[in-house]
Amino acid sequence: MIHVSTATAEDLTEVSAPERFWNRPRRLGAGVVIIGLLAICLFGPLASSKTARFTLSEDSGGAALSINGDVGAYLFGAITVVLGVLMLAGVAKRWHTAFLVIGIVTFVFSFLCWQVAGNFLPVVSIADGTFDFALPLILGALAGVLGERSGVVNVAIEGQFLMGAFAAALVGTLATSVWAGLIGAVLGGVLIAALLAVLAIRFLVDQVVVGIVLNLLALGITGFLYERLMQPDSAKYNQPPHMPTWSIPGLSNIPVIGPVLFRATLLLWIALILVFVIHFALRRTRWGLRTRAVGEHPTAADTVGVRVRGLRYTNVLIGGAIAGAGGAYFTLMATSAFNKNMTGGAGFIALAALIFGRWTPFGALGAALFFGFTQQLAYYLSAGVGSSVPNQFLNMLPYLATIVAVAGLVGRVRAPAADGVPYTKS
Amino acid sequence: MTTEEVEAPPAPEKKPDSFVTLFLRNLWSANTVTVTILSIFLALVIGAVLIVVSDSEVLSQFGYFTSRPGDALNSSWALISHAYADLFKGAIFDPASVQAWINGTGTWQAAFNPISETLTYAAPLVFTGLSVAIAFRGGLFNIGGQGQSIIGAICGGVAGFAISLPVGLHLIVAIVAGAVGGALWGFLPGFLKARTGAHEVITTIMLNYVALLFLSWLILQSGIQDPNRTDAISKTIGHNAQLPALPAPLRVHLGIVLAVLATAGVAWIINRSSFGFELRAVGVNPPAAKTAGMSVAKTYTLLMVVAGALAGLGGATQVLGTADRLTAQVAGQIGFNGLLVALLGRNRPWGTLFAAILYGALSAGGNLMQVDVGVSLELVTVLQALIVIFIAAPALVKAIFQLRAARSARLGASMAKGW
Repeated sequence: MIHVSTATAEDLTEVSAPERFWNRPRRLGAGVVIIGLLAICLFGPLASSKTARFTLSEDSGGAALSINGDVGAYLFGAITVVLGVLMLAGVAKRWHTAFLVIGIVTFVFSFLCWQVAGNFLPVVSIADGTFDFALPLILGALAGVLGERSGVVNVAIEGQFLMGAFAAALVGTLATSVWAGLIGAVLGGVLIAALLAVLAIRFLVDQVVVGIVLNLLALGITGFLYERLMQPDSAKYNQPPHMPTWSIPGLSNIPVIGPVLFRATLLLWIALILVFVIHFALRRTRWGLRTRAVGEHPTAADTVGVRVRGLRYTNVLIGGAIAGAGGAYFTLMATSAFNKNMTGGAGFIALAALIFGRWTPFGALGAALFFGFTQQLAYYLSAGVGSSVPNQFLNMLPYLATIVAVAGLVGRVRAPAADGVPYTKS
Repeated sequence: MTTEEVEAPPAPEKKPDSFVTLFLRNLWSANTVTVTILSIFLALVIGAVLIVVSDSEVLSQFGYFTSRPGDALNSSWALISHAYADLFKGAIFDPASVQAWINGTGTWQAAFNPISETLTYAAPLVFTGLSVAIAFRGGLFNIGGQGQSIIGAICGGVAGFAISLPVGLHLIVAIVAGAVGGALWGFLPGFLKARTGAHEVITTIMLNYVALLFLSWLILQSGIQDPNRTDAISKTIGHNAQLPALPAPLRVHLGIVLAVLATAGVAWIINRSSFGFELRAVGVNPPAAKTAGMSVAKTYTLLMVVAGALAGLGGATQVLGTADRLTAQVAGQIGFNGLLVALLGRNRPWGTLFAAILYGALSAGGNLMQVDVGVSLELVTVLQALIVIFIAAPALVKAIFQLRAARSARLGASMAKGW
């Protein structure tokens, strides 16, 4: 069968052919089969036959799900293969996404059975840690969603984190109030966002370039002020109070979910509520419609009277406030003092979460949780279990997953059409 | 910034102007040189404000500014001039040590030490800067210089201590190993970009972290780690594999000579070779290049291989010239700074070379400033970032100084594009 290409010169990367055999579900199915076979051939033989316990608490006690390590590794690997074969065979097409998700989850279980055999994995503390690591990523990725859906690429999330963390420590200490610190963090994030917005929207500087440079600027300024102000007199400038953990009566007694979601800090609730609010606002409000229009086709939006640049300014600044609040996590929650370059690239993982989550709030939440889970797992397996897999390799997972995602192997990711293109009225 | 930027040619005038008026008019127009110099000036001004604001002693004198303004202004001026004088002394030359050398009380090494330090810091930056610049010219934004130089440092370093070869050959093998390692790390994003359209900014950022994690794992492995040490540090590079350097207190090594050669090579590739023509064509307009019969995918892949090899050379220079061992910080920030260097050099090879020397000078001078006045080295990072912000936003500099528009300098043109 001859496919006559009607592609113009603009279609550089793909020329669509009608229904190839190796369509997307089949390729994904083949991928699932391969990881399943990997689980059976690698995790199974390596796993010891000792019991792997998954306790539903924060320590080794309490109710637990137990399974023999090797049995579990083989069993979950086999389930993965079966799911992959189902996708390859093309049965029950409407369940393919579910098959994919379950296949990946069972693969992870197989891996865990191998690693945890003869030991225990406290599910609650893992989930707790996952949300902990994911919290700044959620906020950072949401900041990216706001900017990029309206057409401004935000590579400066890292800089907004750093400035937020720094301002939270400084203001929080000076005012001896954690809430003042949080407000300081928001302002710090807005400061970097304002620079980004002015340079990108008003002065039309390349947005990726300005983002990268702003990260360095934030790194330099916070590092400089840290050495000049905070290090000589840390009691005066760098001892912010800790954000209190609140528990909601009743709800916090629910097993597993309770301690994770309802015995937490205000910042986590803010982050989760923002995911819902932004999701709803983008789809259902006038602001959301306009934001999406400006991000996809600014000229058209301008023609019907939307103020393109004004909306972009607003969104980038709100994004800066959110990312700045994410920065507060580092000084008010994770540690109790600011340190040079303490965000350590979390802003770039947030950027990855944004792309992995396909520029949607819930996608970003899922990706942030996934990255948080791998970080927490790497931490637990190296510190708690003494895993044979070096934690450096586990820590590579978010980065490798992102490369796989942008390479289109998990499905095409498409940025808003006008993302990164400055708007000039002609 | 992919387009060729041309210096403003003398404007065809209705009535002939004198050379001096023409010169002055061009001087105050937004041409490349003027904007660059004013950017550096603006960065230094903001840096001065930061120095004063962060000094509690001077700041307290501003508390009674209205009653005795002289105090605050004098001590501010003293602080700033001392800091910037140190920046100069640490980077170019220190009149005192030159004087001592002439009088016979000092050594020539002390007199040349600042220049030596500047060139030592500049050498790896030239390579990483060229890596970013050549990729830019082909329309790719290579943020992966950091990862590529880490892999280059690993390969060059391992070749430096794991094998032993005769003098000369060993050094060549180690350098080539560094280039090959970097090229491999550049090939991955180039290939992904060509085959799947995966944006190189994302893939290279991610590969930076993968490379760093791999390095931090590798230097703890037996055979790599120094058996006499418990911390994360590798064995020392064999003597034959080290880049020859000037006598002891001076650190400058052969790397800077290689860097100049690499600059000439990259200039030749971009401007004279057929691959250079293709990459410029692809950089300006990929569909047109494709229509003209060039393979965009092949150009992207090859371009990233070349860019990666250059960054890998930067990492190899660092480990074979200055560091002598692999540590987790062996590549420092040379990849990210290479990005700034390329932007400052406007993505042209010789411009990149001079920008790298300027950055080397800032780093070398910053060290003295930190030791002498106690102004943190981080100020240099701020200055470096600010310079590039102003360079990248010529419209801003133009507005601040009320420059007139240059006739044909395409300063506003950027390579803005989405993911």
